[in-house]
Amino acid sequence: MANNIGVQAIKYTAKDFSSDQDVRWCPGCGDYSILAQVQRSFPDIGVKKEKIVFVSGIGCSSRFPYYMDTYGFHSIHGRAAAIASGLKIARPDLSVWVATGDGDLMSIGGNHFIHTCRKNMDLKILMFNNRIYGLTKGQYSPTSEKGKITKSTPYGSVDYPFNPLSLALGAEASFVARTFDRDAKHLQEMVKRAAGHKGTAFLEIYQNCNIFNDGAFSILTEKETKADNVLIVEHGKPMVFGKENDKGIKLDGFTPVIIDLKDGKNSINDCFVHDEKDPDPIRAFILAHMTDHPGMPVPIGVMRQIFKETYNEGVDNQIKHITEKKGVGTLEKLLFTESTWEVN
Amino acid sequence: MAQETEKEILGLSEVTIRFAGDSGDGMQLTGSQFSDTTALMGNDLGTLPDYPAEIRAPAGTLYGVSGFQLHFSSSDIHTPGDTPDVLVAMNPAALKINLKDLKQGGMLIANSDSFDAKNLKMAGYEKNPLEDDSLSRYKLVSVPITSLTTNALQDSGLGIKEITRCKNFFTLGLTYWLFNRPLEQTLNWIQTKFAKNKAIADANAKVLKAGYYFGENTELFTTRYTVEPAQFPKGVYRNVSGNEAIALGFTAASLKSGLPLFLGSYPITPASDILHYLSGFKNYGVKTFQAEDEIAGISAAIGASYGGSLAITTTSGPGMALKTEAMGLAVMTELPLVIINIQRGGPSTGLPTKTEQADLFQAIYGRNGESPIPVLATSTPSDCFYMSIEAARIAIKYMTPVILLSDGYIANGTEPWRIPSADELPDIKVKFWDNKEGFAPYLRDENLSRPWVKIGTPGLEHRIGGLEKAHITGNVSYDPDNHDFMVRMRAAKIKKIQDDIPNLEVKYEQEGELLVLGWGGTYGAITEAVMRARAQGNKVSQTHLKYLFPFPKNLGDILKRFKKILIPEINLGQLTTIIRSEFLIAPISFSKVKGLPFKSSEIQNKIIEVLGGSNGK
Repeated sequence: MANNIGVQAIKYTAKDFSSDQDVRWCPGCGDYSILAQVQRSFPDIGVKKEKIVFVSGIGCSSRFPYYMDTYGFHSIHGRAAAIASGLKIARPDLSVWVATGDGDLMSIGGNHFIHTCRKNMDLKILMFNNRIYGLTKGQYSPTSEKGKITKSTPYGSVDYPFNPLSLALGAEASFVARTFDRDAKHLQEMVKRAAGHKGTAFLEIYQNCNIFNDGAFSILTEKETKADNVLIVEHGKPMVFGKENDKGIKLDGFTPVIIDLKDGKNSINDCFVHDEKDPDPIRAFILAHMTDHPGMPVPIGVMRQIFKETYNEGVDNQIKHITEKKGVGTLEKLLFTESTWEVN
Repeated sequence: MAQETEKEILGLSEVTIRFAGDSGDGMQLTGSQFSDTTALMGNDLGTLPDYPAEIRAPAGTLYGVSGFQLHFSSSDIHTPGDTPDVLVAMNPAALKINLKDLKQGGMLIANSDSFDAKNLKMAGYEKNPLEDDSLSRYKLVSVPITSLTTNALQDSGLGIKEITRCKNFFTLGLTYWLFNRPLEQTLNWIQTKFAKNKAIADANAKVLKAGYYFGENTELFTTRYTVEPAQFPKGVYRNVSGNEAIALGFTAASLKSGLPLFLGSYPITPASDILHYLSGFKNYGVKTFQAEDEIAGISAAIGASYGGSLAITTTSGPGMALKTEAMGLAVMTELPLVIINIQRGGPSTGLPTKTEQADLFQAIYGRNGESPIPVLATSTPSDCFYMSIEAARIAIKYMTPVILLSDGYIANGTEPWRIPSADELPDIKVKFWDNKEGFAPYLRDENLSRPWVKIGTPGLEHRIGGLEKAHITGNVSYDPDNHDFMVRMRAAKIKKIQDDIPNLEVKYEQEGELLVLGWGGTYGAITEAVMRARAQGNKVSQTHLKYLFPFPKNLGDILKRFKKILIPEINLGQLTTIIRSEFLIAPISFSKVKGLPFKSSEIQNKIIEVLGGSNGK
């Protein structure tokens, strides 16, 4: 049965998702938190663990499958989405996850990524974005900021980075969200939301690489700066942030601006209300590009979620329809067509 | 109208006819219709479509000429024929390109309407060859095909463009009359093909008949010909192309194994037809995935194989290059997969619509690391069916990717095929590992194969990947001794397939002066060449490889029994090089790399040359 992912019969704990392999990431790596939050979330997603598969490419993030006690496939650079697509088409009964990084998915795997989104392949893609190549020891990545000084760009990179949320939205992903490694609760919530989505779910996870790009997201993770720089978006709620929830986001035309909710001129009623289900992607794009404007906070949460037929549903429906029309194929039917002749 | 006269019917044992015209003239359709009708009449046949890479090259140009050659016979034949007995030239360019191949004294049917000043100039003719005596060595029949078609359809209500487009059916009707073929098959085909446009269907049918009756009534032909049915073994037959046979073969393997078939593919000439056929087989549960690129095609197939499907990917040379890294992944993860390469002229984009055998090295050696993959090759269009099943069997039994080599010539060429019954086909046994006890991902069975686990089996959750695996546990391992062991293990597993494939058979004398050793699509030309050379009194034997890696076990013994080994190949001697390095002998390479199959006469002459007048006795 299509999409009949087995509902779990037994209650799991996070430990049930922990494999017997030694975790080999650098001490202090943000990947540890992501692994822990995924393991803590999975008892709640309602899928039997033998029905869960993690497919990854190459890079630090792509070691993820080894540490999950589910089925797992550590493949080749950039191709995880393509391998996972084949698996999901062949086996719609499985819950298929892709663990990947900014280099793996946005650079060498960019083509597979956009087409996976376009086709609405029913995959959950967790992209660990540390804005650096870690496993090859520190070259700039397609999400590194312009001017980034790395081993391969000693005088600074000259190219512009991808905006992963915008790329996913542009490629018509049906679920687009962002979170970061250090916010355990939010990360767990986003993983569960992705798990519950039917279609391509893209979750960007800001992740600190403490060896080659330490502190890339510290403004979002440190106590002193976090509240003023992170905007948590929630469906149906006005966009408010700040230490004392004293700042709001207002739309000035298509441009988001910060308003002071304490100055007596603005109220919460002036704030941009988040609608993740909006069939028009323009609001989601505004969120994705919010930080193009200096001084704006970084939105996290589900930017967009829409529902449409998935690729594998389309495939299975077509097979069902044609089989009803033509009857189940047999070897006899296959080989003996009308244009045959007999020799006696 | 002239009184209908009974014309003499002359019996022939075999005929080779070539239809040639602009790439938009419908020559491929004319040829394939003639083939299907001829097959239904019970003749043996071989075909050679030869067309440019451009879909609609500018009309009248030399490079836009498209041809379709068909050889049909009342006896067993193996090739599309070396030199045509009949050439149909729809314009001056087609005549210019093809005349050199026409047999001395052969029949040339030309569409005289198209031999106007503009077309003559484009083809490089200073004078109209139909009107001087330059064609006196041939039986020239000038037929104003375009105007006869227009006359037939003047009341049809169709525009001039649509009417002109029907002229290939006039040609077909005329050649049907000339070779005494019935119209029914094509009339039925027209009705089905143009079911949605009755006006076009009626016009084509009318023109087909007009061509036929023109033959009957005109004074231009005094004789018509007939080729009696060939003596085939009892059975039900169909006409099949190599690509169609591959689609049928893997679907049959799916039904025989009980595994659903998955194709991950990206369109590429000349392999796309396999994707076309399989995408129509929905009611066989076949899933086809037209991927975003070649890499995604094979990657998706690997994913499907991991999920328990019979997974295949189809491509041609340039696509093979792109799939290379993923093939290595399938080697390392030991997952069953069949990679089908319909070889074409290379390197790079090369000659997309032409045939070649130059991807043998690539198939055997073209990956990083020690990366053994069994390589099989098909020899004829119908053999594609059986070799597809065999490739699937080996992939599943040995948990390995398998490369199946075909080529543009057998992919598009057709031949009559006796359809096997279900019980003539081998069973493909599949056993998924489902026992929690004693499981390890890289355990080995008696074939050295690792267990195939269906994802979703409780208690068997495990991880695989492209990093080196520890023996048995499958854990990531950087241990030097383990790597050495695993490299040798993977090689030993593939080598062991030698015990499970048929020994090579030698046709004619089992030892002697000369053995012609072939592989792949040269089978027909070699077979015919050896037969003819023997008929001339030469002593020469023949054998043909379908397993290129590993070789059949007895190949070395066979090679020792002959003084000379001749290897015809459409490359610069790739098999020759492999045989030399493997068996330390010096075979004679006979190579031709023109994007065209061998003519059997070329091989026949080479055999005689190699024997050096000794007749091999």
